[in-house]
Amino acid sequence: MSGMTRIDPAAARRATAEVAGIPTDGDGPVFREPWEAQAFAMALALHERKVFTWPEWAATLAAEIKRAQAAGDPDTGETYYRHWLNALERLVSEKGVASAQTLTRYQEAWDHAADRTPHGAPIELRPDDFK
Amino acid sequence: MSDHAHEHDHDHDHGSELSEMQLRVRALETILTEKGYVDPAALDAIVETYETKIGPRNGAKIVAKAWTDPAFKKALLDDASKAIGTLGRVGDHLIAVENTPERHNMVVCTLCSCYPWEMLGLPPIWYKASPYRSRAVKDPRGVLSDFGVTLPKDTEIRVWDSTAETRFLVLPMRPPGTEGWSEEQLAAIVTRDSMIGTGLPRVTS
Repeated sequence: MSGMTRIDPAAARRATAEVAGIPTDGDGPVFREPWEAQAFAMALALHERKVFTWPEWAATLAAEIKRAQAAGDPDTGETYYRHWLNALERLVSEKGVASAQTLTRYQEAWDHAADRTPHGAPIELRPDDFK
Repeated sequence: MSDHAHEHDHDHDHGSELSEMQLRVRALETILTEKGYVDPAALDAIVETYETKIGPRNGAKIVAKAWTDPAFKKALLDDASKAIGTLGRVGDHLIAVENTPERHNMVVCTLCSCYPWEMLGLPPIWYKASPYRSRAVKDPRGVLSDFGVTLPKDTEIRVWDSTAETRFLVLPMRPPGTEGWSEEQLAAIVTRDSMIGTGLPRVTS
């Protein structure tokens, strides 16, 4: 009903073939919470834009998982997309798309936007959310 | 949300809250959109592809249990949050509304798009779109017919408007011909739309 073009499921299958550990069921990735699907979608989109290759992504993600395990992460699969998001932020910064400071600035702005938005209303970012 | 690592030092009685992970995802999406790396519509399309693959999708199991266990059904209709609390977490106050031959229930959120995703997975795109939100209240029968659902003329259609605090789960009628089915078999015919009230359980034989 949305009229939007759906992505080629083959692209997602290629991603799950190239990147180890993506939680899946019989026909593709599964997510525990909506933000996980959004993080997955952003990596897919950046890959399509050739910001990184899947081997490059897999290496960054593996490094993030290793780092988390060294810090005591139980690695039960529940935290998979936390590592995924860490890898995404790291690559975005390494590729010069956005610095860590910029990421923090936008996170604080979204936090401000949430705070002034009545519970239940859609949260939208406004210029005055940036300090 | 399971994620409350983010520290808040302000009053949330009247505001909204995003978890640390949500904040980080939104920040990244905004930056990537502004810089032209991603198109929000394309991201939505990717997420939409997986909309039935997000969240524990407990709803169907709950409905199947209510169909087979009268005590659970009573508890569910009395206080859904409490009844379901034993099966998994529910974020907000949840009310189960039962479909009967006399009354069909349909859920909408006219204000935004409140949705019990812990029960039903990610909301479908149409649920969040303004045509559904505005028409469901004015012309529920027309909306149902768009979804291919035709109800008897004397069945009342009750539309429930979700609020920030209260979400609804429709308990559909158990279809005839499912006598003796196991909870697993029953859960398999409970569609997401049947728990929003825009569809009916689907029996394919």
